[in-house]
Amino acid sequence: MSVTKEPVAVVGIGQTKHVAARKDVSIAGLVREAAQRALQDAQLTWADIDAVVIGKAPDFFEGVMMPELYLADALGAVGKPMLRVHTAGSVGGSTALVASKLVASRVHKTVLTLAFEKQSESNAMWGLSLPVPFQQPLLAGAGGFFAPHVRAYMRRTGAPDHIGSLVAYKDRRNALKNPYAHLHEKDITLEKVQASPMLWDPVRYSETCPSSDGACAMILTDREGAARSPQAPAWVHGGAMRSEPTMFAGKDFVSPQAGKDCAADVYQQAGIKDPRREIDLAEIYVPFSWYEPMWLENLGFAEEGEGWKLTEAGVTELDGDLPINPSGGVLSTNPIGASGMIRFAEAALQVRGQAGEHQVDGARKAMGHAYGGGSQFFAMWLVGSEPPQN
Amino acid sequence: MREVAIVAFAQSDQVRHSDEQSEVEMLMPVLHQVKEQTGLNASDIGFTCSGSSDYLAGRAFSFTMALDGVGAWPPISESHVEMDGAWAMYEAWVKILTGEADTALVYSYGKTSPGSVRDVLTRQLDPYYVAPLWPDAVALAALQAQALIDAGETDEPALAGIAARSRDSAADNAHALMKGSVPQGDYVVQPLRKGDCPPISDGAVAVVLAAGDKARELCARPAWIRGMDHRIEAHSLGVRDLTDSPSTRLAAERAGVFERPVDTAELHAPFTSQEVVLRKALKLGDDVNVNPSGGALAANTVMAAGLLRIGEAAARIHRGESDRALAHATSGPCLQQNLVAVLEGDAQ
Amino acid sequence: MPELLKAPLVVEFPFTRSLGPVQSAFLTGLRERTVLGVKTSDDKILVPPVEYDPVTADELRDLVEVGATGTVTTWAWNPEHRRGQPLGKPFAWILVKLDGADTALLHALDVDGPDAVHTGMRVRIRWAEERTGAITDIACFEPYDGDEASEATPHDGEFEDKVSGIVAPARLDYMYSPGRAASAYITSVAERKMVGERCPSCSKVYIPPRGACPTCGVATREEVEVGPSGTVTTFCIVNVKAKNLDIELPYVYAHIALDGADLALHGRIAGIPYDQVRMGLRVEPVWTEGGRYPDHYRPTGEPDADYDTYKELV
Repeated sequence: MSVTKEPVAVVGIGQTKHVAARKDVSIAGLVREAAQRALQDAQLTWADIDAVVIGKAPDFFEGVMMPELYLADALGAVGKPMLRVHTAGSVGGSTALVASKLVASRVHKTVLTLAFEKQSESNAMWGLSLPVPFQQPLLAGAGGFFAPHVRAYMRRTGAPDHIGSLVAYKDRRNALKNPYAHLHEKDITLEKVQASPMLWDPVRYSETCPSSDGACAMILTDREGAARSPQAPAWVHGGAMRSEPTMFAGKDFVSPQAGKDCAADVYQQAGIKDPRREIDLAEIYVPFSWYEPMWLENLGFAEEGEGWKLTEAGVTELDGDLPINPSGGVLSTNPIGASGMIRFAEAALQVRGQAGEHQVDGARKAMGHAYGGGSQFFAMWLVGSEPPQN
Repeated sequence: MREVAIVAFAQSDQVRHSDEQSEVEMLMPVLHQVKEQTGLNASDIGFTCSGSSDYLAGRAFSFTMALDGVGAWPPISESHVEMDGAWAMYEAWVKILTGEADTALVYSYGKTSPGSVRDVLTRQLDPYYVAPLWPDAVALAALQAQALIDAGETDEPALAGIAARSRDSAADNAHALMKGSVPQGDYVVQPLRKGDCPPISDGAVAVVLAAGDKARELCARPAWIRGMDHRIEAHSLGVRDLTDSPSTRLAAERAGVFERPVDTAELHAPFTSQEVVLRKALKLGDDVNVNPSGGALAANTVMAAGLLRIGEAAARIHRGESDRALAHATSGPCLQQNLVAVLEGDAQ
Repeated sequence: MPELLKAPLVVEFPFTRSLGPVQSAFLTGLRERTVLGVKTSDDKILVPPVEYDPVTADELRDLVEVGATGTVTTWAWNPEHRRGQPLGKPFAWILVKLDGADTALLHALDVDGPDAVHTGMRVRIRWAEERTGAITDIACFEPYDGDEASEATPHDGEFEDKVSGIVAPARLDYMYSPGRAASAYITSVAERKMVGERCPSCSKVYIPPRGACPTCGVATREEVEVGPSGTVTTFCIVNVKAKNLDIELPYVYAHIALDGADLALHGRIAGIPYDQVRMGLRVEPVWTEGGRYPDHYRPTGEPDADYDTYKELV
């Protein structure tokens, strides 16, 4: 194809301090806080923004239909284009990718992208289990959807029982180094994780994600914008979305094809041949701890059946060879619609060298990953500290 | 900028009720039609994007099941906006402009009938100051209509004329719901009468986009997208001039509407009074064929009606009935957010 | 053609909305019969006070007090009161510019009919008797024959016992219909038959049928009875009570591939100690009187299925 894309840079990142309930702000106040921090980071003003791309999970969570209409003023979007993305759990990632296309296509130069969830306005389980007539009621709550897939993974790979607790222990310790993380369990120990109640056997309480209020924003811009950036930008080297049906005959819930294809597309765009060696860290969407080893395989960081061995060997620790979720991940922070964008933003923070206490030394290439709970929608990007070569 | 065109368009009948079909059952035949028109199947299509609303369906993640109709296997590059399908098309257009895809399938669908759409749409409003009062969509449009009447921009007979012209045009549209001679009826919310308001309809719509030579290969007379832009206004009605639509005008400017006259305009004006606002914002003269499909007054399938306008405009170009057409989509209370596209056919 | 199913779906929740400082001051003010606005950088007074300037996007914090009287800028006569709307009877919707304000507030005007309202008419707030700090503390507006009065005056926004949140109950009523394929399935399950549909393209049997083969994107039509027995492909042991379910803990929630089906459906396993359930266990449905779905599945007593026979269905 003869089209040359404009390289896309991340020059501003902002998050709220994620908590169970932000009682001091409106929905607008919450998103505004993240957006304002991203603008400050980029040393830009509202007038510098050409368009806004916003994402969140189902509207029922806050009880506001298409809330971007009400949020236009708070996000400085009046007189500008505003797009609203919704791709289930992957939405935070997809939203960033849609925003990046606006720059890559040269339709716009500088775009604000933002994702949020204010779960305290309602109750996520209510929103996810509306009493649709004739349907069999959900028999097992949120974790019951995921736990059988974890068991299938364990059966397939022979992974020992304690792997899930290792992930949770690592992510909760990482969260202590991230001031924006929701859970700050200062006295966390592996024993405590392993002693926590078994909710949906084989998934323990400490291996599940919290329910958070939070927002995350990024400023994406073109080469000119990046040249003016006061701080080092992160460059987008590749980004892709893939979808497969939520349920179908032959679906592999343990390692979905859409996830494999999405990663392969991103690696191809970024010129990555050996992700395990060439990628310095990854922020991946792990809502239940066992999804770390599952995704390590799905994303090609480990051979099939070998993902848990990386976790067990400490490779995914903050000081390991391939740190996974230095931020503490979804296990420590889960404003659902924003969770994917936080992964993307944390990957960018790392290659900009701005992750503070949870910085991975010398991070030059990082992956951000998001997916929808039905393992049907995937969104990923790969960011680097240097502009892309091609 | 890459040349991108709409090369196929299909819609279901827009009907008052669709109880006998789930969303995917309603949508799938439409997807099959555009695939047949182009000879493309799921794996040939570079990008897929859809628009729909959970609030319309009353169920979270309602769009995930609609994907069943696409045949997303092997996995596809796909996205969804919680907006009218017109914005899904915008996302797909941008994707093609990047060069990452040469073709795109865009669809949207709406089942407006299961809920009370007047009440459902109140949930779009400021959740602190306005939504607790439950002002319904007709009431807000009526406030706008009265502002227009007060400003001397229209009157009730003129609005009735818009209603009659639209339903008369719709008589030729096999898929439209409300057509022919429709009495203006009583006030729903004064000054808007029944005839000034759109019917409640269910339906689905799909288009296929393609770039450059691929478009020429797939369609005898592609509807080239010469420009497309969308803009949003402040949310609160009390801070806006309801008799004008600056966001429509700005989007039109950016889309290149004013560079040369258009012969056709498909406007997404669910209420007669909103056509008055849009005609002014878009500077449309009497020589422009406005809403030859009957527009949203003939069928207003929420979440699909905007993409339907674009599809109808494209179809006229495909058929050689238009050379340069404007298509418009709106979202939010009283035309808060507006999208404008300019479509052209090659010289005949 | 089976009967098409339809049933009401009520989506209802009391949303708990926290407030930002400007909203908190405004709504507390209403409780105290005081109307606050907010001033923009170009000295415009916005009422109701929004948190962010619609023009500049600036954060707005500069509160002022405006009058409880004002002028109608546009109106609409609502002949039929709808659920949740003010007044409980026909009324006029108005946008009203309160004295001292530059923008208009949306509310209801209590008049007898459309002839009693016009743009430019003077109105005043009728306060609700019980006020809690919500937009409904303004019961409505009513006609008023005084001239335009007050200028906006500065206000510190401070009140005792400020409201920090509102509860916004919302109920929407839908009439849900699951469509052709799901109706057929639900009807047959009620007759204790598990009927899936086969894809004409890939021949896979879907249960429950969803109207489309999700991988081929074509309609499934051919009905295929499957089961009743099946194999547990995977499961979890539930130790936490699910909302609205009265099932004794712990219990087993399993994916069950019915014989002849090409993907698993979900069900509860009973009739066996929970810690003895295993992948490969052979089970059959157990129905209870009046149940729309099998109450649970129990072991058939057959030998376990070999992993290789069902691993594609996990």
